[in-house]
Amino acid sequence: MTIAVTGLRKSFGDQVVLDGIDLSVPAGTVFSLLGANGAGKTTTVKILSTLLGADAGDARVAGHDLAREPDAVRAAIGVTGQFSAVDKLLTGAENLRLMADLHHLGKSAGRRRVAELLDQFDLAEAAGKPVSSYSGGMTRRLDLAMTLVGSPEVIFLDEPTTGLDPRGRRDMWQIVRDLVAGGVTIFLTTQYLDEADELADRIAVLDHGRVVAEGTAEELKRRIPGGHVRLRFAGEQDRDAALGILGEASRDNDALVLRVPSDGSLGALKTLIDRLDDRSVAVDELSLHTPDLDDVFLALTGRPTDEKVTR
Amino acid sequence: MTTPALTVHPLRDSATMLRRNLKRMQRYPSMTATLILMPVVFLLLFVYVLGGTLGAGLGGGRAEYANYVAPAIILMTVMSTVQGTAISIAMDMTEGIIARFRTMHIARVSVLTGHVLGSILQAMFAVAIVTGVALLVGFRPHADLLGWLATAGFLVAVALAFVWLCVALGLAAKTVETASNTPMPLVLLPFLGSGFVPTDSMPAGLRWFAEYQPFTPIIETLRGLLMAEPVGNKPWIALAWCAAIALGGYLWSKRLYNR
Repeated sequence: MTIAVTGLRKSFGDQVVLDGIDLSVPAGTVFSLLGANGAGKTTTVKILSTLLGADAGDARVAGHDLAREPDAVRAAIGVTGQFSAVDKLLTGAENLRLMADLHHLGKSAGRRRVAELLDQFDLAEAAGKPVSSYSGGMTRRLDLAMTLVGSPEVIFLDEPTTGLDPRGRRDMWQIVRDLVAGGVTIFLTTQYLDEADELADRIAVLDHGRVVAEGTAEELKRRIPGGHVRLRFAGEQDRDAALGILGEASRDNDALVLRVPSDGSLGALKTLIDRLDDRSVAVDELSLHTPDLDDVFLALTGRPTDEKVTR
Repeated sequence: MTTPALTVHPLRDSATMLRRNLKRMQRYPSMTATLILMPVVFLLLFVYVLGGTLGAGLGGGRAEYANYVAPAIILMTVMSTVQGTAISIAMDMTEGIIARFRTMHIARVSVLTGHVLGSILQAMFAVAIVTGVALLVGFRPHADLLGWLATAGFLVAVALAFVWLCVALGLAAKTVETASNTPMPLVLLPFLGSGFVPTDSMPAGLRWFAEYQPFTPIIETLRGLLMAEPVGNKPWIALAWCAAIALGGYLWSKRLYNR
């Protein structure tokens, strides 16, 4: 495990922010911590990136104990936080150069790495301009480029797309996919359900400092009631026949459509199809509806997503 | 997996941070200009407005007073610059890049030493300009080359001490406004010493304070070095103060930064 956390706790005064969380992230995967504002996502990232001490619990990052070997952890990680960690008075190239110097890359290797990243992040044209003149998306790209100068094994991304326009978000997603393809382990926090769905190999849902669910996006969706099979029939006769066979089916708004509750597994589908087939009921169209992460979030935290989580 | 060697490079990292701070000063020249302007205004005020009368009090005139007050103004320049350090440290701490530095495997203190070295260079630059203006308005030092070198070295020691104190004040301040106010006594203390008038003209209580506060031996040393007059044990007292302030400021800063 590249990141292994057990029983992590943190309080600020009376307020419990992390109430004993366990996480494990295998190397070379994207792990997403999903939660609303105030769920404890940023606190988790701050602790795992050595910015903040935990009150209790064990954590290892890149094979090093967080409390005992913080320097070894720092040497292995890169962090891009929610608030841009760039020097606004310097130019983009100077910011990257600063990172290259702090990683002791040496003059020519440093210059090569800077040029490479400027190119990769589409910042070559703006390289000589002060960062204060950059757009939000450019600043975010520079921020991430700075994190990559030292080629970290593990990257923490705290809400990397918050405040970006749709194009900026898609660019960021592509960058994350490229990084993972290069073997990097990514720990990503987000309040966007579609982002976790899109990028993460595994997702942990954080609510009030506790992990309320963990698994792949598919696993999470399957745990939630609300999945169903939608059957469309050619005529009322077939529909009524099906309704007779499948007692648990219900009518849809569309007169020729039935909804059959299902967990969406292959076995359940096969049984359903076999039962209809046995009686020679003709089905025009079959579609599978798994709940999306919005449903998951609602079911797990007892709150509708639009109240606490932005789409 | 073998653990990579985790050596830190405090000197190299400090040099990198110094480059960062020098670039920031270049991009934000109005800050340096403000820091230089204040002592220049005081110099002109004291020499041209008050200098005639105060010089008469010293048994001479404006020319004598210019020689008397210039060392105090030079010291004020250093204090004005280090006050700026408190502000820029406080501003820097509000920036996200400091959080980035904290998550990187670098010599932690380099973030602060970069500021300290940058401020000392900035102070020396400001001192050079203010000294130039002082020469233009009638300051006539008697120091030889050795005296000037000793003055420069002494000023670096003074700047080093007070810049560490101001780094701590900047780190301790909750807002940038606080950081610009707390070092204010450093600019005012030379007035409560032998900076602008000899202490023997002051009432007893104030005179006692003036004689024992750190700025008096510092100013006396500067004046002695620049005017090539005997300084007695003043430099040693001044350097002892500087060492104590530098050490206290450094330890305090380090604790505040690592909290």
